[in-house]
Amino acid sequence: MQVANEKEREQLKIVIVGHVDHGKSTLVGRLFHDTDSLPEGKFESVLAACKKRGMPFEWSFLMDSLQAERDQGITIDTSQIWFKTKARDYVIIDAPGHKEFLKNMISGAASSDAALLIIDAKEGVREQSKRHGYLLHLLGVSQIAVAVNKMDLINYSQKEFAIIEKEYRAYLKSIGVKPTFVIPISGRDGDCITGPSENMKWYKGPSIVEALDHFTITPPLSAFPLRFPIQDVYKFDERRLIVGRLESGSLTVGDELVFSPTNKSARIASIENWPDQKQGAKNPISASAGMSVAVTLDDQIFVERGQLASRTKNAPFLTNLFRGKLFWLGHEPLAKGKKYWLKINTCEYTVEVKEIEKIVNTDNLKIAAGGNVERNSVAEVVFRVRGLIALDNFAENPKTGRFVLVENYQIVGGGIIDVKGFQNLRSERKVKSTNLHVVENRITPFERNLANGHKGGVLWFTGLSGSGKTTLAGELQQRLFARGYQVYVLDGDNIRRGLNADLGFTPKDRSENIRRVSEVAALFADAGIIVITAFISPYKNDRDHARAAAPNAFHSVYIKADLKTCEKRDPKGLYKKARKGEIANFTGISAPFEEPENADLVLDTGKKSIGECVALLVDYVEQNLVKPVEQAAKKSDYTGGADI
Amino acid sequence: MAKANKRMLKKKIGNNVKKLRPAKTEVMDHLDRLEAQSIYIFREAFNKIEKLGMLWSFGKDSNTMIWLAKKAFLGTVPFPLIHCDTELEMDEVYAFRDQYVKEWKVNLISEICPPIETTDPSLPHSARVAARKTGGLKSVIAREGFTGIIAGIRRDEEATRAKERYFSPRDHEGQWDAKDQPPEFWDQFMTDFKPGTHVRVHPLLHWTELDIWQYIKRENLPIVPLYYAKPYGKFYGQDYKGKMMRFRSLGEKGITFPVASTAENIDEIIEELKVTKVSERSGRPMGADTDESSFERLRADGYM
Repeated sequence: MQVANEKEREQLKIVIVGHVDHGKSTLVGRLFHDTDSLPEGKFESVLAACKKRGMPFEWSFLMDSLQAERDQGITIDTSQIWFKTKARDYVIIDAPGHKEFLKNMISGAASSDAALLIIDAKEGVREQSKRHGYLLHLLGVSQIAVAVNKMDLINYSQKEFAIIEKEYRAYLKSIGVKPTFVIPISGRDGDCITGPSENMKWYKGPSIVEALDHFTITPPLSAFPLRFPIQDVYKFDERRLIVGRLESGSLTVGDELVFSPTNKSARIASIENWPDQKQGAKNPISASAGMSVAVTLDDQIFVERGQLASRTKNAPFLTNLFRGKLFWLGHEPLAKGKKYWLKINTCEYTVEVKEIEKIVNTDNLKIAAGGNVERNSVAEVVFRVRGLIALDNFAENPKTGRFVLVENYQIVGGGIIDVKGFQNLRSERKVKSTNLHVVENRITPFERNLANGHKGGVLWFTGLSGSGKTTLAGELQQRLFARGYQVYVLDGDNIRRGLNADLGFTPKDRSENIRRVSEVAALFADAGIIVITAFISPYKNDRDHARAAAPNAFHSVYIKADLKTCEKRDPKGLYKKARKGEIANFTGISAPFEEPENADLVLDTGKKSIGECVALLVDYVEQNLVKPVEQAAKKSDYTGGADI
Repeated sequence: MAKANKRMLKKKIGNNVKKLRPAKTEVMDHLDRLEAQSIYIFREAFNKIEKLGMLWSFGKDSNTMIWLAKKAFLGTVPFPLIHCDTELEMDEVYAFRDQYVKEWKVNLISEICPPIETTDPSLPHSARVAARKTGGLKSVIAREGFTGIIAGIRRDEEATRAKERYFSPRDHEGQWDAKDQPPEFWDQFMTDFKPGTHVRVHPLLHWTELDIWQYIKRENLPIVPLYYAKPYGKFYGQDYKGKMMRFRSLGEKGITFPVASTAENIDEIIEELKVTKVSERSGRPMGADTDESSFERLRADGYM
């Protein structure tokens, strides 16, 4: 039996931010007292604590009730406290102003509907005030009231207030924020807290309480396109439940969902609930933004935590590159090339810092290019993701358009997403077949490419014994591996020992040897790996077969050196034996070498050093196996956001 | 095509297909929003934390928490419950435990707490009883290898709890460092921790006492009858002379006391809370009457 809920009062979350010592906690204490929201005995117990310390009544002690804070005189952590006005209930999140504790200010501000930003009238607009304004903007808090506190210390001067108001409004305007109110107050004396002030008859605007009552609660994003991040998949009984919270939009039983980035789809068979039918309750047939739900699907497709469900229309952006406007909290600076753990809703990826585009000085908005991002700074950074990630532009969906970064078990940064200039790769992910089951368990070459950052391919080295195939293959492998490539060398050593142990050196066996190597190499390439083969492979026919095995991934590399040079090198003493007739059918001596006519790359090791040849090979790989992937995923043309 | 889809659907979901029309947008009320957030936290904890245990004190908050867990996991509580038993709970509390362990079919670990002699003698007596619970919790964590402990604390209960996180790390001694807590925003929680540490999960952190009672009323949850007002006479060294009293918060015999109240049912409790200015824990001094910092010291050492 459910009793109808009483008509409840609205509850608005406000964050109070400001420079250390600008009087936030005092204002809160005053707000409590003047709205008659203090618990019984609280005022008296603080009064007693002040007496014990031999000091006058301190409003801020009401809020800063941790011992350590009292001793230091600064708010250490975000603290929440409830108070009421005639209009509604409030949760106040007091955010510390001390620079060291920026992370706590963010913890507080990120969950609030509106902000009350405090400036000390005597000190004017300081670096911290600007930084806090900028961060509120970055955190998406758009309802801001500015309280110019300690007006009593400047004799309630209208003129001085006007100077501060003008300066701060100009600053906020420059970052695209419009403060709703700028209010002159005195927290200590209670001016303009709940009503007009006798001391400032010149001020006609609202008091703090009136300003707060004017703000509205951030509504759930029900009218936005559906975003349903998958939190988990449960099988507590015969049902397979896909659970998560709807961040935006709504869904109804029968709707088709597409899961990103896998791009599989299925329909919602039911929305499950507890208590259920057995307890006499009905399952809902629809759900909307903000609800934590459990659904079953009509098709047993593979679904796991981290996927983002949406409708086919207005599906999220798919990319492996995006720009984050972020604030950095890490003790170690954020640097180009460094890898972090990225979390967006329920998905987690390894990301690499591809580019630090700008570092923003939040004090004067000066922009520095490059360099590292130090603790407590704000920057614009391009990230490269291993694999495809589903996300949204923050401007289009604040819930799925923001991320945090983790390093060594710590959240080290957070930011909002800007995909301007990057290509949506969703078009590349069109399911080729109408029969979903055919592609169900397959990973496409495109997905492997994105995960690895390069295509798979066969670099087929051909050349005489002693031409340098093995040396170059080894060097190239080292170089590519160090750069994070998936790379492997196939040569006589690892092939003849196992797979081809049954083969000798007759023309027929040599042909079979190359055939098997061709097929193995093609499989490696299909698996997304760059495979380098180092076999003499003298016959055009055999090389053609190798190309046919991996038609789109084959690259022939002719390691060229004339016979004289090779015979001089003779690293294994084979030429000597061949000349003596101890080895039959030796290529170049007693068997032909059919020079490749249309090699993709020719390296003359007689004329070029090993270093030069490897450099040419790396170039070739970057041009042919990396660039196409980057291009597919890369920004087409952007000039950077001049909008900050 | 559309017909085929509908046929296929009908096969899957039977007769419900007739009802398939877009529902009018359901607007969540305040309690719905609190509930959805708690469910989200439960599901994050269950996915990310290897070995979870949940504290159950049989009070209004932890009963609500079990109910929310059952909603999150569709009727089951997929981890054990823990009671740190000082053997000093009120008789009504033990009776409630015995009834609902059976009725709710939950797996309960009853951990007998170490004796008072093991606690810090510089703490006031009531705080030392509370410290026994911390001792019991530490030993059950060590024995069972829990890496996450779910506790039903709320921010509005007490000033130090107001500063808590939903996911709050504890070092290997179970200690809480209030000065260096991880940032927590956008519902991204720290769920990976260095080996040897564990995490406290607080799914009710954002609820208030009034929210809890309104939810208990809406969901028709059982509570220990001590929460309802009745005349009290002599009671653990006090003499209330037949005055109407009730418990706002439940705790051990001899250190927890009723407060003056005429609220004899849930509706009256809700009305009382809308106007009261008496703090929730006023019947549980835990030493705060003699030393204002004792509760903070308890919490830093690992108290709930």
